[in-house]
Amino acid sequence: MSEHVATHDDHDHGPEKGLMRWVRTTNHKDIGTLYLLFSLLMFLIGGAMAMVIRLELFQPGMQFVDPQFFNSMTTMHALIMVFGAVMPAFVGLANWLVPMMIGAPDMALPRMNNWSFWILPFGFAMLLSTLFMEGGAPAAGWTMYPPLVLQTQDAFPFLIFTVHILGLSSIMGAINIVATILNMRAPGMSLMKMPLFVWTWFITAYLLIAVMPVFAGAVTMLLTDQYFGTSFFDAAGGGDPVLFQHVFWFFGHPEVYIMILPAFGIVSAIVPTFARKPLFGYSSMVYATASIAFLSFIVWAHHMFTVGMPVAGELFFMYATMLIAVPTGVKVFNWVSTMWRGSMTFETPMLFALGFIILFTIGGFSGLMLAITPVDFQYHDTYFVVAHFHYVLVSGAIFSIMAAAYYWLPKWTGNMYDERLGKIHFWLSTIFVNVLFFPQHFLGLAGMPRRIPDYSLQFADWNMVSSIGGFAFGLTQLLFCYIVYKTIKGGQKATDRVWEGATGLEFEKLSSPPPYHSFTEAPQVK
Amino acid sequence: MTRKQELRSSNRRVVLMTGAAVVLMFGFGFAMVPLYDVFCQVTGFGGRALQSTATAPARIDEDREITVEFVASVGKHAYMEFRPKVAKMKIRPGQYVQTSFFATNLNRTPITGRAIYNVAPAEGSLYFHKTECFCFTEQAFKAGEEREMPLVFSISPDVPDNIKTISLSYTFYDKTANNQVAQLTTQGE
Ligand code: HEM
Ligand SMILES: [Cu+2]
Repeated sequence: MSEHVATHDDHDHGPEKGLMRWVRTTNHKDIGTLYLLFSLLMFLIGGAMAMVIRLELFQPGMQFVDPQFFNSMTTMHALIMVFGAVMPAFVGLANWLVPMMIGAPDMALPRMNNWSFWILPFGFAMLLSTLFMEGGAPAAGWTMYPPLVLQTQDAFPFLIFTVHILGLSSIMGAINIVATILNMRAPGMSLMKMPLFVWTWFITAYLLIAVMPVFAGAVTMLLTDQYFGTSFFDAAGGGDPVLFQHVFWFFGHPEVYIMILPAFGIVSAIVPTFARKPLFGYSSMVYATASIAFLSFIVWAHHMFTVGMPVAGELFFMYATMLIAVPTGVKVFNWVSTMWRGSMTFETPMLFALGFIILFTIGGFSGLMLAITPVDFQYHDTYFVVAHFHYVLVSGAIFSIMAAAYYWLPKWTGNMYDERLGKIHFWLSTIFVNVLFFPQHFLGLAGMPRRIPDYSLQFADWNMVSSIGGFAFGLTQLLFCYIVYKTIKGGQKATDRVWEGATGLEFEKLSSPPPYHSFTEAPQVK
Repeated sequence: MTRKQELRSSNRRVVLMTGAAVVLMFGFGFAMVPLYDVFCQVTGFGGRALQSTATAPARIDEDREITVEFVASVGKHAYMEFRPKVAKMKIRPGQYVQTSFFATNLNRTPITGRAIYNVAPAEGSLYFHKTECFCFTEQAFKAGEEREMPLVFSISPDVPDNIKTISLSYTFYDKTANNQVAQLTTQGE
């Protein structure tokens, strides 16, 4: 059957002309670009929602939006940022980089690749359309706990189907990455020679395959509870709402690692380049990543310390959670050791990578505080949790994506970005992300609850500071859009190696920009 | 086999294996429902008391007294009155005790409902045995009917010393009203 099926990579020509190129494309570089641009768009939309949240919280009292809409904003902001901005950005990077890093001509399953991208815009169009529906957009939080979430009106089935679509897209993306890494490596590229970005994505892909279906199952149960009279989570029919939390967090905790493992890979690529030393402890990095992934399956209930678990359960989840700090610490120490006595320079990607290491570690520390069961009873559902996950996600995951964009953009486009603007972008981002989120630690410790549009007077000062930081951080990101635009349009030509200390097939064997079809002849890896 | 065919078949293998994992994990999500029930029964998590049919008088621990509190409430959309006969009582571990709850249907139509119970602290549920309870089955009420519903239970003498009070709470849900009222409110808004 396969004889007359001419696969796309047989042709030696460039991209198709016109808009249909982007719709029909099966080229990993095109699809990577689509993912990245889509993610940037979602980042802006989700960011606009964050601005609404900070605007309402600028002062105590109800100012601008009604509480229902406020809750919709927190819910939609989280869903869009998690599933629309962070995850697609990492998948986009994987599309661009994994084939080039392992010496493959393309992804293993190019057709499926096209599908996994193109169902995303439909999923998000559906989610965003709920803003205009009777009863408003989903407002029960991104965690969708029943029974509250069952009060969602017309938006409810759209919320569930959006989750199904996003899950399907991620699963297809993950399968593709696994197949690419297992089957498409150039001769000589053994597993333990793969760049860490490839490794971290390999492990992330397995996490996705393991937990996205569980999430799909959980929301399906919500759907049947709502419309088909089942009572998985309905106490009236003998179900238990707490069960949903278990199923959700069985997915949810590995999900947060899905959003950070590729970031570890990015930082492990950038730090050695600008320290001009090979990565310290390569194999310990691989094992640390694998142990983090494994542990992430047995810590989920640290999100539910307050539901009334038996003490033995509380203790188990507390210690298991703290255990994750060990492999995470290994990584941080390895990065620091890589820099130790290196001849470092501080171009924008390195600045973002350093910002990542420091600020992500702060987020790890607040995570450790939250992992202490007895104190979590006070911190749970306060702004302290909000501060924690924004340190690990904004100054963690997002900073790593920014670092990756600056680091590989010259390779992808052939043009250098504007270093001066890049540095300004970094410093403004770093200053304001701290102005935005650091005070939220204080607010949380003082007892300000999350997901509430109003607050009592003693929280006023730090909320105002946080909002100012928020607006400034938001504006700063427009500068990033401009820098990317300018780099795509032109600029000083990048060399093939781009960075003096860069290593890896994409820098050593490919031009900047790389040809549309690269590695049609597999390179020999020593 | 050419390199290309080889690649195609190994790709197919990966898709099959990972696809199987996806299906399996989707099933696992649902399997968590019965697993959770077993887990709750073993650990007492969730505060579900044991249902037992044993009526043989157990050893009665004459040295200890445990306070049992009864709480009754009605679920959303249930138009009923529901209260325990006594708010609390002191019993000895091992002793079988009978008490009852009163429920009244305030609707002008018949209803069917079910009482869902919970034991606090959850640990106590491991030692709480019910031999007869109106919560075991659905309860049908005629319009305006009031009924006394019995409950027979005991607390095992193995109950640890630190448990001095156990509360048993019931929520009565009206299965028949639930959907109608839910629909009415959505339409009304
Ligand atoms: C040392 C590592 C970490 C530890 C010990 C840790 C611990 C915790 C704990 C105990 C909570 C629950 C707090 C509560 O709700 O009361 C939590 C929440 C959260 N964590 Fe972490 N965490 C760690 C790393 C991360 C990473 C790497 C990410 C993501 C990249 C992350 C994302 C989140 C999110 C999103 C939440 C809040 C979820 C919600 O309730 O909406 N955490 N963390
Ligand atoms: Cu977690």
